[in-house]
Amino acid sequence: MNGTTATTGPADPPPLVRAADGRLLAGVARGLADHLGVDVLFVRIAFVILTPGIIAYFAFWLLVPEAQTQARAQNEPVPVPARTPRDWGQLLAYGAVALGLLALFALPWGVASPFQWALWPFVLGGAGVALLWQQADRAQRERWVLPLRQRWLRSLLGLLLVVGGIGGAVAQNVEANQIRSVLVAMMIILTGLALIVTPWIVRLWQDLDAERHERIRSQERAELAAHVHDSVLHTLTLIQRNAHDPREVQRLARSQERTLRTWLYERRDDPDRTFAAAIKETSGEVEDLHGVPIEVVCVGDTALDERLAAAVQAAREAMVNAAKYAEAPSISVFAEVEGKAIAIFVRDRGRGFDLDAIPDDRMGVRGSIIGRMERNGGRATVRTAPGEGTEVRLEIEKQ
Amino acid sequence: MLVDDHQMFRTGVKAELGDGVEIVGEAGDVDEAVAVIRDTAPDVVLLDVHLPGGGGIEVLRRLHGGVPSRFLALSVSDAAEDVIGVVRGGARGYVTKTISGPELTDAIGRVAEGDAVFSPRLAGFVLDAFAATDAPAVDPELDQITQRERDVLRLIARGYAYKEIAKELFISVKTVETHVSSVLRKLQLSNRHELSRWAAARRLV
Repeated sequence: MNGTTATTGPADPPPLVRAADGRLLAGVARGLADHLGVDVLFVRIAFVILTPGIIAYFAFWLLVPEAQTQARAQNEPVPVPARTPRDWGQLLAYGAVALGLLALFALPWGVASPFQWALWPFVLGGAGVALLWQQADRAQRERWVLPLRQRWLRSLLGLLLVVGGIGGAVAQNVEANQIRSVLVAMMIILTGLALIVTPWIVRLWQDLDAERHERIRSQERAELAAHVHDSVLHTLTLIQRNAHDPREVQRLARSQERTLRTWLYERRDDPDRTFAAAIKETSGEVEDLHGVPIEVVCVGDTALDERLAAAVQAAREAMVNAAKYAEAPSISVFAEVEGKAIAIFVRDRGRGFDLDAIPDDRMGVRGSIIGRMERNGGRATVRTAPGEGTEVRLEIEKQ
Repeated sequence: MLVDDHQMFRTGVKAELGDGVEIVGEAGDVDEAVAVIRDTAPDVVLLDVHLPGGGGIEVLRRLHGGVPSRFLALSVSDAAEDVIGVVRGGARGYVTKTISGPELTDAIGRVAEGDAVFSPRLAGFVLDAFAATDAPAVDPELDQITQRERDVLRLIARGYAYKEIAKELFISVKTVETHVSSVLRKLQLSNRHELSRWAAARRLV
């Protein structure tokens, strides 16, 4: 549906104008469709099928004002909309249908009835293409047009054959006893059509295939997610609620870890590690080592390079510091990839400290975080004060 | 009002919430939840995302705004699909089950007043989903978030509380709440293709 009429009540139809936007020829069909509250497809089909429709179309074209012109006449400030470019493919398809129908009925039947048989594919094919084109989105259309651009020689050849075949048949002024040459002409036409159409059919088939694969994969993922949810995440919740009982916690954690590892690593491994995955893994390690929950939020992702790996190491150091010294109940880690710029924030609501009071021999902050970032062309800032918690901010550009 | 299929978890939450919150009802599956919510019309429903009979989103779908209650989604999972799904289904916020008692009480209060509750994770999802793309927005008003809203979401993702965000950006807490509510509205109403495609692509986070 084009959704242009859905919001207007039946009592108040939009005025009859020629649409300025989304039109194929002069906007008559779309304007009428908006006015009558029906899908533009039906109006177009009606114009094409009813031969007097063409005359009516031109009458409308002359008599009905264009949408924008009308607005301008009322002295309203009209924002200049970006007009969607005319859809030549669709226009062509409608034209093919109209021409096919016209030829089919205009030619006297007795003379060329075998030839008229050959026109049916045009009519049906044109209608089919019009429908498909109507329903496809932009990306799909571009994919469909691609074979035509890539194999223009082949398409041209096919077109020449079709036109030549038709021309030949007409020139010979076929009669009943000349059925043989008609058949030859038909063969040529069909070959031409096949040449044009094959890449499209292949493309359509591939589309279908890809869709089927995607469905199967998403089903698999849903299954896995359900499994992980039922076993792993619930165990983790249980562990947090049993925090007062170390023995029970350890038992739960160890058994779940075994199950999870079997599940995860026996199925697949992920060789090309990405930035977000590295951050998550690192924080997981720190969490395991120091027993402070770390909440990680990653926005965007990118491939891991040397600089980013250094930033992840610096972030790890910041997390370890927070886990060891801050005495905070949890640590927040936020990593964002925005184009080439990468930012990591490690924050806790713990004790905080006086930055100037750190002795020079405490390598943690100076060497492992600030120094490491600067050596790799990045920047680290630490914001902290006693009792206010600490936030380490790491910024770096991707190589 | 508490909806969760794990009895043990419900008991735990009740104990943690203590006296600050009055619990008027409990339910363990979709049918029961719909019936009890219609019956008691609670101020706030703590709604588990995963429920037998279709999940929290099914509860929202069946009630379809027919009750005055506000919904706070609660889940043990952090899957984007669940989070975005239930928020788009009408929940006013989303928190994970690891949330502490006082934080949960605070979140319930916020939802009761009609504000939105964003966990850092949800803020991250929204930033990701509304990240600048080449695709033109169909409805710029709904399909894009403003720079200010982006700033607020970033701070939430960094673990800042509303009060801290207000201080950081030199605005009032009320303004922070307004920004978050506006993002929530966009999240619920936008038809942006990226939202659904994005959530589907990240089923396993």
